[in-house]
Amino acid sequence: MSKLVPPIPKFLRPAPPRPGQNGPSPNGDADGDGKGNGEPGTAGKLRQGAAEGGTQVVGWLDERSGMSPIVRAQLFRKVPKGTNWFYTLGSATLFAFVSQAVTGVFLAMYYNPDPSRAYESAAHITNEVFLGELVRGMHKWGSTVMIILIFLHMGRTFVFGAYKYPRELNWVIGVLLLVLTLAMGFTGYLLPFDQRSLWATVVGVNINASNPVIGPYLADFLRGGAEFGAATLSRFYALHMLLIPGLIGALIGAHLYMVAKLGTTAPPWLKAEKKSLSREEI
Amino acid sequence: MTRRGVMTGGALLYGGIASAAFGLPALGFALGPMFEDGTPDVWQDVGVEADFTAETYVPKVTNVVADVGEAGKTTIYVRKLDPERDSKSKSDKGKEPLPYVAISTRCAHLGCPVRYIQASERFACPCHGGIYDFEGKVDGGPPVRPLDRFYTRVVNGRVEIGERFSVNSELERFSPRDPSSHLDGLWQYLYPARPST
Repeated sequence: MSKLVPPIPKFLRPAPPRPGQNGPSPNGDADGDGKGNGEPGTAGKLRQGAAEGGTQVVGWLDERSGMSPIVRAQLFRKVPKGTNWFYTLGSATLFAFVSQAVTGVFLAMYYNPDPSRAYESAAHITNEVFLGELVRGMHKWGSTVMIILIFLHMGRTFVFGAYKYPRELNWVIGVLLLVLTLAMGFTGYLLPFDQRSLWATVVGVNINASNPVIGPYLADFLRGGAEFGAATLSRFYALHMLLIPGLIGALIGAHLYMVAKLGTTAPPWLKAEKKSLSREEI
Repeated sequence: MTRRGVMTGGALLYGGIASAAFGLPALGFALGPMFEDGTPDVWQDVGVEADFTAETYVPKVTNVVADVGEAGKTTIYVRKLDPERDSKSKSDKGKEPLPYVAISTRCAHLGCPVRYIQASERFACPCHGGIYDFEGKVDGGPPVRPLDRFYTRVVNGRVEIGERFSVNSELERFSPRDPSSHLDGLWQYLYPARPST
């Protein structure tokens, strides 16, 4: 049991007894209440309770879920020498996604995906709702930030050679995440429902339609019919709100699992150092 | 055949049936609009015959999709047919040609709205530089076929606009296609007609 519990942070650990004052001293005053009877006093009990409270809660949860080895594997895993700031780009992307998810959920509380109401409700968010401009702005600019961060993260993985065996599958999952994120950008672009949204979507759907053979059907699927209409907006809204974020969430889970399972790579310059070393040995 | 095998197979079978029971209808629900004709056959009045000449186009705003407000409206350029100037379409063989030419402003490249410029007697697209001549045939730029048209008729002296149709470079009529769908040569077989039109 005690092995499974994560180490208690230093500031929560009971201080070691001072010689001659506390602890198992000759007078037996273990709790420092000056009575020397070995029974903890009120202050001592409180201090002990506060110190153990966190451990107790974690212990209770762990006894029932068995989560602590998994959590510890995530939090206390070893990272290679040379790990640097570039390795934070994936976490930054994850943070951008969480920020998009949170602001998106709250935007949905005011947004109305009806063709005659969409523009007004979006304008209402910006102009009238308390902090609406900020939340909508974070969602709008955050989408761009997320895409930039994805490409930086992808570039880091590529340049550092971190896509190689045994991490190819994680690269593939990452590419799927990239495509889904771009799909989020495409579907979200329509929702403000102004002229720019409308025509960008018309052109975007028609770019899909220019695929040979499947193109015309793909465009019909996206529009929900032969012409851009009311079905198109609610369709894009559902894809943007439910389907794609669900897929992204699931794939992020798989992506993180693989990272925890396989560990991260050392930067390539460290590998080069090692190689020169092995040459010397020969 | 073991008891374990039967139980495993049975569990997979019933699980599959249960999943299909909600999955297939849901899929059909999402894909349904691809297979039903969503463009109702309605005629819209755009004005009296005297409003139009054979020399220039008159822009008219019509509803392509009802009930979606501004997004469902589109501009259509209308003029009288000029039997001398307009090229004969194969689709009109043995029939009266349509009395009016009604040109869709939807560019055949990626669907941006084109505008008509009387000085050069051409249609120009603002997005990627598609140019069409007086009849809506491609004159330059990326479009793959002429501008779409609409059926026209005259009822009691008033011009009416009907369904959209697409045309190939010889103005032969086809069912409405999306922008960027080819209608000439071998390319046309890569862009089939859709059940939704």
